[in-house]
Amino acid sequence: MASPLQQFEIHPIVPIHIGGIDLSITNSALWMGISVATASVFLAFGARRRALVPGRWQVMAEMSYEFIANMLRDNVGDAGRRFFPYIFTLFMFILFGNLLGLVPGAFTYTSHIAVTLALAMTVFVAVTIVGIVKHGLHFFTFFVPSGVPALMMPLMIPIEIISYLSRPVSLSIRLFANMMAGHTMMKVFAGFVVPLGAATFGIGGLAPIAMDVALTGFELLVAFLQAYVFTVLTCLYLNDALHLH
Amino acid sequence: MMAAQARSILLGGIAAITATMPSLAFASKEGGGTMPQFDASTFPSQLFWLTVSLVVFFIIMRNNALPKIEEALETRRRKIDDDLDRASAHREEAEAAMAAYENALAEAAEQAKAIHREVAQEIAESATVRRTALAAKLAEDTKAAEARITAAKAPALANLQDVVIEVVQEAAAKLAGLKVSSTDAKAAVAASQKEKA
Repeated sequence: MASPLQQFEIHPIVPIHIGGIDLSITNSALWMGISVATASVFLAFGARRRALVPGRWQVMAEMSYEFIANMLRDNVGDAGRRFFPYIFTLFMFILFGNLLGLVPGAFTYTSHIAVTLALAMTVFVAVTIVGIVKHGLHFFTFFVPSGVPALMMPLMIPIEIISYLSRPVSLSIRLFANMMAGHTMMKVFAGFVVPLGAATFGIGGLAPIAMDVALTGFELLVAFLQAYVFTVLTCLYLNDALHLH
Repeated sequence: MMAAQARSILLGGIAAITATMPSLAFASKEGGGTMPQFDASTFPSQLFWLTVSLVVFFIIMRNNALPKIEEALETRRRKIDDDLDRASAHREEAEAAMAAYENALAEAAEQAKAIHREVAQEIAESATVRRTALAAKLAEDTKAAEARITAAKAPALANLQDVVIEVVQEAAAKLAGLKVSSTDAKAAVAASQKEKA
């Protein structure tokens, strides 16, 4: 039986080596491309007619737009409007990565720490730069909690800094671990189907299949939820940087 | 200083996680091999293609998809606002028309009342005039008749005197066989009239 982790292996499809660095087009890269293409077709073609009375497709594109626009407005306010295209791109990229990863045989690029950490670091660096550009050195008062006695400061300031710096870590590990755990669990149960079925004339195989059906529904929820959580936290971090405390 | 410290803490944290998780995964799994997620040889390719696809996706979203969706939403919002404006304008118009109609109705009622009053007055006036005229005519007729009666009374009375005198003469002749002259008879009648009176 194949290891449940085999599905996370990255294989080169078109080997490309530039200056000794392996930049091959892999199954991960392929599914990133498929996600981008699918999401672009969904959104750009969905809104291509700009109909006054939208069809089903256009409604979905508009709902995606308004979902993120409202999230940004609620969590950041009007100051966040400038960042809308990036937040939207981030959400859609993660959402489609998660959802398409549930297609049997597909590769889930969001189940790789390299990808999620890169996404989280982009957010972390961008948010920190936004904060420093907006507030200058005043930005660092963010690490000084208000209403704390001066005696506690040597303890509180390092804690604040560590909690700030652990943001990209928690952000990336949450997404990666959720995606990986879900897919591993589905594979583990799928692995039970044939051995159990063989031992009980096929009847025993039904239980893991039922479990996998339930897990598929659950994973659809997780796929959406994790994209949402990643984006909402990005909005909150952005809000912190723009408005401090 | 703070940033340098921060970076070292961060890198330390990441290093600790990346170092421990493969060994945990390795320990929990028989059959060998680490988690493919920690195979650093795939990182350059993953990061490169992540950057490429994310940048391409971002450009498509920012330059194509989002403006289109925004335009559709904006057009719809404007259309709805326009329709609402127009509807409220229409309502105001309708209310103005209603007010004008009610005004006209009230005016017409007022006018009708005025006409009614005028006509009634006219009728009353003409009736008064005719009544006065009739009364005047009647008074005149009465006066004329009275005059005629007065005019006829004196000759009639005079005539009566003559008849009385004649009756007295005839009565005296028939009853006493006396021949009374008209002058005596006249004096006797006058005396008896005076007595009675």
